[in-house]
Amino acid sequence: MPEVTYLDADELVINMGPQHPATHGVLRVKLKLDGERVTGSECIIGYLHRGIEKIAENRTYQQFAPYVDRMDYVAAVTNGMGYCEAVEKLLGAEIPPRAQYTRMILAELQRIASHLLWLGTHALDLGAMTPVFYTFREREEILRIFENYCGARLTTHAFRIGGLLYDLYDGFEKEVRKFSDMFLGKIDEYEQLLTKNRIWLERTQNVGILKAEDAIAYAVTGPVLRGSGVKWDVRKAQPYEAYDKVEFDVPVGRHEGWGDTYDRYLVRLAEMRQSVRIIRQAVERLESGPIFGKVGKIIKPPAGFEVYHAIESPKGELGYLVVSDGTTHPYRVRVRPPSFVNLQAFDLMARGHLIADVVAIIGTIDIVLGEVDR
Amino acid sequence: MFNDAVQFVENYPLLVAAIKIVIVFLVLSGVVAYMVLAERKVLAFMQARLGPMRVGPWGLFQPAADGLKLLLKEDIIPAGADKFVFLIAPVISVVAAFTVFAVIPYGPSSALIITDLNVGLLFVVAVSSLGIYGIILGGWASNSHYPLLGSLRSAAQLVSYEIPAGMAIVGVLLVSNSLSLVKIVEAQQSSGLWNFFLQPLGFLIFLIAAVAETNRNPFDLPEAESELTAGFHTEYSGFRFALYFMAEYTSMVLVSALAVVLFWGGWLRPFASVAALDFLNYLPPVSLLMIAGVVFFFARRNPVPAEKWFLVAVAAGSAVLAGVVAVPVVITAVQPIFWFTAKVFALLYAFIWYRATFPRYRYDQLMNVGWRWLIPLALGNLIATACVLWWAGPNPGRLKLFFAMLAANLAVAIVVALLVGWRSPTAAAVEKQTGS
Repeated sequence: MPEVTYLDADELVINMGPQHPATHGVLRVKLKLDGERVTGSECIIGYLHRGIEKIAENRTYQQFAPYVDRMDYVAAVTNGMGYCEAVEKLLGAEIPPRAQYTRMILAELQRIASHLLWLGTHALDLGAMTPVFYTFREREEILRIFENYCGARLTTHAFRIGGLLYDLYDGFEKEVRKFSDMFLGKIDEYEQLLTKNRIWLERTQNVGILKAEDAIAYAVTGPVLRGSGVKWDVRKAQPYEAYDKVEFDVPVGRHEGWGDTYDRYLVRLAEMRQSVRIIRQAVERLESGPIFGKVGKIIKPPAGFEVYHAIESPKGELGYLVVSDGTTHPYRVRVRPPSFVNLQAFDLMARGHLIADVVAIIGTIDIVLGEVDR
Repeated sequence: MFNDAVQFVENYPLLVAAIKIVIVFLVLSGVVAYMVLAERKVLAFMQARLGPMRVGPWGLFQPAADGLKLLLKEDIIPAGADKFVFLIAPVISVVAAFTVFAVIPYGPSSALIITDLNVGLLFVVAVSSLGIYGIILGGWASNSHYPLLGSLRSAAQLVSYEIPAGMAIVGVLLVSNSLSLVKIVEAQQSSGLWNFFLQPLGFLIFLIAAVAETNRNPFDLPEAESELTAGFHTEYSGFRFALYFMAEYTSMVLVSALAVVLFWGGWLRPFASVAALDFLNYLPPVSLLMIAGVVFFFARRNPVPAEKWFLVAVAAGSAVLAGVVAVPVVITAVQPIFWFTAKVFALLYAFIWYRATFPRYRYDQLMNVGWRWLIPLALGNLIATACVLWWAGPNPGRLKLFFAMLAANLAVAIVVALLVGWRSPTAAAVEKQTGS
């Protein structure tokens, strides 16, 4: 016997997206609502699916490299870095230190750029419209450095398998130093707008609570995991490039064993500061030297090898599983996209909250649909 | 000739009222249109960008272009909408917003007010509340989920914030002893003390409630674009959308004008009774000259000849106007209008400022602010004001009243903060979720 409802007071099912200003692309969230309270949710993805992993099987190793830039298109440099390193691991190639430090500098700049985009849009979703213009102003500086380095701003394809295609341009170090000096003050500026803002606190604290055990169970990584108080960073745990030679801290949230949206906000801000720290050390250690390792023009790894390589992308652990079959084409490339994995914890975080919090939670996971759908 | 004019007014009161209505309506429409531009410009200024720059010099003709665009757009009525209600809802909003201006006094003489209603304040509260119907009906008639959620939000929000706003107004009533807006300003004139100084808490409550009632950031939940796309007016297009837009900005001007009349001494100059500050009387021509100077400065840097000459003409016009205003007879005549406008614009600027600064409240937090903070504060303020007035007796000294009111306001604020802030409702929610 079905439960009797008065005045037809059923649950309301609404679709948030795929065209919605706050779903960051083409995410579609089906929300079951009781009034404004979320009683259930389902993320429907695939609107941006391009079959990137399948494409890999029909391209040579080098040809596939630009495609990975189209996954997390706001952090193309780190995407490309992960793929190049995975193939280098497959080949057992050594990368010269100059190339390593250049990669680190650009990757950390990319992390800052990605976090800036996240901060601006997250604040915009919560109704604070000013920060997005400030963060885009600073992001523009980073994109200009990318543009000067490789000619592209967004889908950079900055690195090649084996090292770098371009050496650094004149004045690169000066520009990066200038940026890192300027940028710390800018973070303070964003913090003045938000960190102690009463409304910001109320909108983010105790919203989208994720317990550490749940985060680990869901294989959540990146700032979302660290926001829950778990000190896990691929850069520290499995150092790649020269991350073991620079000093930096892994910021975590305020609580023991759980984290909320505000924790993740603080973690990302602290991470930007740490990135500046890494950039400063890496710029100091840039020495002249070769920029390309011993990798041939034709990449043809022996058959039957399988490599998994993970890096800390701005969104979390970005892993590439590359399988070789003895030809110039990879047999299989499987990507572990942090956005996709982190998004799975959405329902857990959103249940019982209000519609306004759904927007905050989508923002705090920091998804890029290009990476979720691939 | 003066007698002729008086005769004319006495013979045709309706005609005179109609002329005044037309003038107020036209001026108000212009202010509202340029309020939109000003908002975009001020926001741009705060956000390190330029804002509209294409239509006319510095985007000055943008409102005209926007209006034209909205007029020419298709007026879409969604399938399944309640057609009559859908069509009439924006009209209700805009009519309610404009009607209230009938009782707003712009100056001391009867020429500067459409009608001095003896229950003006009641009229204001009553008619401005009608505007809510436009929002609720519009959202409901759209037959769509997001507008429905938006209108539900606005129904709850506007009703909740009407109460503290009303109680803050009652505080002013007690102090001023009248429901007529003209009398309220005159009371502030005769006591030499603006109600703001007697009712600082009341002013704060009124200001917050006013922001909430006009659906402005940080209380813009009914139209929160990142949550509900556009809230109650999601399905509206073309000129009906423009009507909602006009209604919102008109209400902004309205609550600013009300705040000025009720708390900031209406048309009175700041510290009108202090002779040492009489030089402030020369501010109207000085500010016009300053406008002329700024416009001229920008004109010189403008590379487009047509725009350059337009700006130079505007600068010259302002300078000439400054000269006219500087004539002693005129300068006295424009005093009330100048101060009234200046104060209203200061408050309007604050509205834009909030929008650039604050994130948006969540629905339950909004209710929290309204019911747990503002209503107890407003009630406490009401009781404290009544007690102080009873204690002070008729015709108390100005300073005595001021300090007594200040003490009472502080006491109310502290007591309510202690009572309400005792235990925040979120603590329990966190315990439930984290199990700690």
